[in-house]
Amino acid sequence: MTFILTAVLVLGLTGLVISLVLYAVSRKFKVEEDPRVARIIDLLPSANCGGCGFPGCAAFAEACVKSESMDGLKCSACKKEVMQHVAAIAGHTVELGVEKIAVVKCNGSCGNRPRTGIYDGAVSCAAAALMNGGDTGCFYGCLGCGDCVKACKFDAISMDAETGLPVVDQEKCTACGACVKACPRSVIELRNRNKLDRRVYVSCVNRDKGPVAKKACAVACIGCGKCVKACAFEAITLENNLAYIDPDKCRLCRKCVDECPQHSIVAVNFPPKKEKTESTENN
Amino acid sequence: MNTFTIGGVHPQPNKLTADRKIETLALPKQAVFPLSQHIGAPAVPCVQKGDTVRVGTKIAEPGGFMSASIHSSVSGKVAKIDSVVDASGLRKPAIFIDVEGDEWEPSIDRTDTLLLQNNLSREEIIERIKNSGVVGMGGACFPTHVKLSPPKDCTIDTLIINAVECEPYLTADHRLMLEHPDEIIVGIKLILKVLGIDRAVIGVETNKQDAIELMNSKLSMVSGIEVMPLQMKYPQGGEKQLIEAVTGRQVPPPPALPANVGCVVQNVGTVFAIYEAVMKNKPLIERIVTVTGKSVKNPCNLKVRMGTPVSQLVEYAGGMPDDTGKLISGGPMMGRPLLDETAPVVKGTSGILMIPESEAARREERNCIRCAKCVQACPMGLEPYLLAAASESGDWECAEENWIMSCIECGCCQSTCPSRRPLLDWVRLAKNRVGGIIRARNAKN
Amino acid sequence: MAQKLHITTSPHVHCGDTIERNMRWVIWALMPVLIASFFVFGVGALIVTATSVLSCLFFEWSITKFILKRPSTLGDLSAVITGFLLAFNLPSNIPLYMIVVGALVAIGIGKMAFGGLGNNPFNPALVGRVFLLISFPAKMTSWPVPAGLATSYIDAETGATPLNLIGQIAGGNTAAADQLPSLGNLFIGNVGGCIGEVSALLLLVGFVVLLCTKVITWHIPVSILATVGVLTGLMWFINPVLYVNPLYHLCSGGLMLGAIFMATDYVTSPMTHKGMVWYGIGIGFLTVIIRYFGSYPEGMSFAILLMNAVTPLINNWCKPKRFGEAVK
Repeated sequence: MTFILTAVLVLGLTGLVISLVLYAVSRKFKVEEDPRVARIIDLLPSANCGGCGFPGCAAFAEACVKSESMDGLKCSACKKEVMQHVAAIAGHTVELGVEKIAVVKCNGSCGNRPRTGIYDGAVSCAAAALMNGGDTGCFYGCLGCGDCVKACKFDAISMDAETGLPVVDQEKCTACGACVKACPRSVIELRNRNKLDRRVYVSCVNRDKGPVAKKACAVACIGCGKCVKACAFEAITLENNLAYIDPDKCRLCRKCVDECPQHSIVAVNFPPKKEKTESTENN
Repeated sequence: MNTFTIGGVHPQPNKLTADRKIETLALPKQAVFPLSQHIGAPAVPCVQKGDTVRVGTKIAEPGGFMSASIHSSVSGKVAKIDSVVDASGLRKPAIFIDVEGDEWEPSIDRTDTLLLQNNLSREEIIERIKNSGVVGMGGACFPTHVKLSPPKDCTIDTLIINAVECEPYLTADHRLMLEHPDEIIVGIKLILKVLGIDRAVIGVETNKQDAIELMNSKLSMVSGIEVMPLQMKYPQGGEKQLIEAVTGRQVPPPPALPANVGCVVQNVGTVFAIYEAVMKNKPLIERIVTVTGKSVKNPCNLKVRMGTPVSQLVEYAGGMPDDTGKLISGGPMMGRPLLDETAPVVKGTSGILMIPESEAARREERNCIRCAKCVQACPMGLEPYLLAAASESGDWECAEENWIMSCIECGCCQSTCPSRRPLLDWVRLAKNRVGGIIRARNAKN
Repeated sequence: MAQKLHITTSPHVHCGDTIERNMRWVIWALMPVLIASFFVFGVGALIVTATSVLSCLFFEWSITKFILKRPSTLGDLSAVITGFLLAFNLPSNIPLYMIVVGALVAIGIGKMAFGGLGNNPFNPALVGRVFLLISFPAKMTSWPVPAGLATSYIDAETGATPLNLIGQIAGGNTAAADQLPSLGNLFIGNVGGCIGEVSALLLLVGFVVLLCTKVITWHIPVSILATVGVLTGLMWFINPVLYVNPLYHLCSGGLMLGAIFMATDYVTSPMTHKGMVWYGIGIGFLTVIIRYFGSYPEGMSFAILLMNAVTPLINNWCKPKRFGEAVK
């Protein structure tokens, strides 16, 4: 019996002493923290994506509390209401702009853009972009090694095995911009979400001259300028043989989509048209 | 026998063309001259569409201090200034010239007579080299006139001629030494004059015994120039490795230059180009290219005009074998893959190599088993496994701390990896990123 | 063009080395020892080895298939080596279920739990062996004496191994010295012990094979053996009555097996030559300490495992000599 008693006593005493030491140390080295910071951290997604420009969510929360207003402080991963809540805790008000979403501006699937070579090096777009033009004739488009997939902290991007292109999950995308930074070819852009998540954009980044671009990819923008003429709102500009639709000016009329001879302008989340159902939706 | 001390590998030499005489390739129909054929700023065109040019006419001026001029290697009309996919795999601006006849600039001495003497001053020699667009012919294409003007605070005592040709398959330098030894010796003397020193060492690997003997017999009456046979080991032709093999000195990590340890290294092909530029007034418009491969019908060494499409060389060698899996500009260890045969021959094209599919396809990559073979193979004393892992996780600080900028991209690590990991791909990426970070930091300070 | 070209960057050729080639040579290098142990311990050696290899293969296959749901990694042969090395660390009369347990621990906990070959911090075979040693101390420390082609399995006669005797001598029982086998017998392996430690001679043959095929370098084995030789030699020099001739230490127990085949395991040993030498010195030092002052007669496996744990630190401290580092 004494044997058991000794064991219990020794262990119990050791535990007691250690817990006392721990308690004393934690009291001594306690860091005074604004309670609001902890409350804000609870609201934030804790993905530490860095989209806000701070090293992590905790740093962002601290910045919110310390700063005078919410200018320049925006967690792109949060919904509007959450941001308003955060601002309220920090004692600021906030006006929110348009919500955005990551858009992959390349439609060079295996069918549209024939492979001209075989790339079997390191599986990294950044490494592939360094060495040469990649395994297709297009020196601008998606390389398909999935750097954006790896960069996404919200699991919102996946590679479509059939097309070899990344697909953005519009529910999960928070427009933090990590994929935009990761893409060595600037194929991904953050564009306005608009009503009902409808978007119209040029799904091509090829700046080669028309014939060269067309040879490389069946749906490449050839810089013909038809869309520029078709647009009634001056939303489309043509630069370096590439059309660009300004998301703030575009009224989603879809005239350019019909006009584009290369089908490189894509309209997403619109109801199908009556006669020819051209479903170019890739999300 | 001398060699470098750290790492190194022994790839299969496969010098299939060592005893093939240099043949001259016919003129192309159209010659293409990319504007960046050298390290540094691209050259700036000084001709326009429709201009008539002759062989040797300057068509592009240097675009800065670190740049080189480009000369037409053919006579004819400038068809266009457009872009072409060159050996870098990217579309780059280039001058296209349609060939008509073969009319040379009259100032060029086209005879084969060996000229031993001239009375040009040091500055005049450099000026001629610069005006002839001579760059390092070993593959790096460093503008030669820059290399021959080392920083003032460095004392140069040794000129090293790189005739190692440690890359498997390639034999262009070997053949050049066998067929033009006298010209090379005159070229070496010219460089010695420019540098104001009197010691030159020709580093040759022992697999070129005939070249060593020939050069030795030619040099028996010449003082100051010696041939040093070197033990076979890749990458002995790397500038830093060669300096260590010959002199025992180690060049400190970048940004230090070979000049910091009193050495200037020139490729033997460059020496020949310097001879032609200075003694014959002939700009760099031709080079020797080894066209080879295990299943190539007629592997050969060709004297080719710059701008000739690779397809013409391949055709001369008997066409591309059916089993070709990779077309390479340069050697198998450091050469660049070509996307197709349309790329033109440029100043740095030392060889055209066709590798069969069975060797070209990389095997599936596996986990690193930490066998340390890459560490043992690295001639720069780096840890490729660590650098690749740092690169994969984007840890650029770790890469920089572990000397990534010292990497010479020789490929020893990747070619020995039993797990077939793409080590060099990752290291290149990290080197690129860390280089950018360092440049940004220097710009700030 | 007839076919698509590869556009991947240099180097475009490979020396042809593969994981399998290295592993295969290790297996070949182990074969002489297996044959020798058959002649010394009889059929039991073969049964134990076969059981161990097969159960390692089975566990690796089932873990990749059912738990990790990854393609099988049996092809890299590393599980075979783990099986061999585990068996070589066991007595030839151990109950078979223990081997299966050992294999499960070696492959499951020692290797696959960390993500498979290349990620394990400890030598899997040693993890299995030490687990067995702690769980079944009696069975794991009673070593059969040489029986010469015995066909019986469990009933093998057991006896003290040279290392037991060395320990007894150091403890003051100098009379045990009379029982020590001759050095010659020790060297060719006609002594009791575990399967793989029988013959120093044949282990050295394996070492030569591994060196010639460039599977390993000399650094780790030589530094271990040298350290053990020097330390035990020093103690012998001080008191030859209590401490035996260093050659006994070098030729007995798992020292050779550990130094040549276990400590040189790629995954768990340091990456630079400098680091390898320090690692070897550490193992040699710990082995001697445990042999003379520890409660177990043999310290090789603990020494290797302890140094495995230090390997990441060694990798951090021992960097290769960089080109141009020391400017002359």
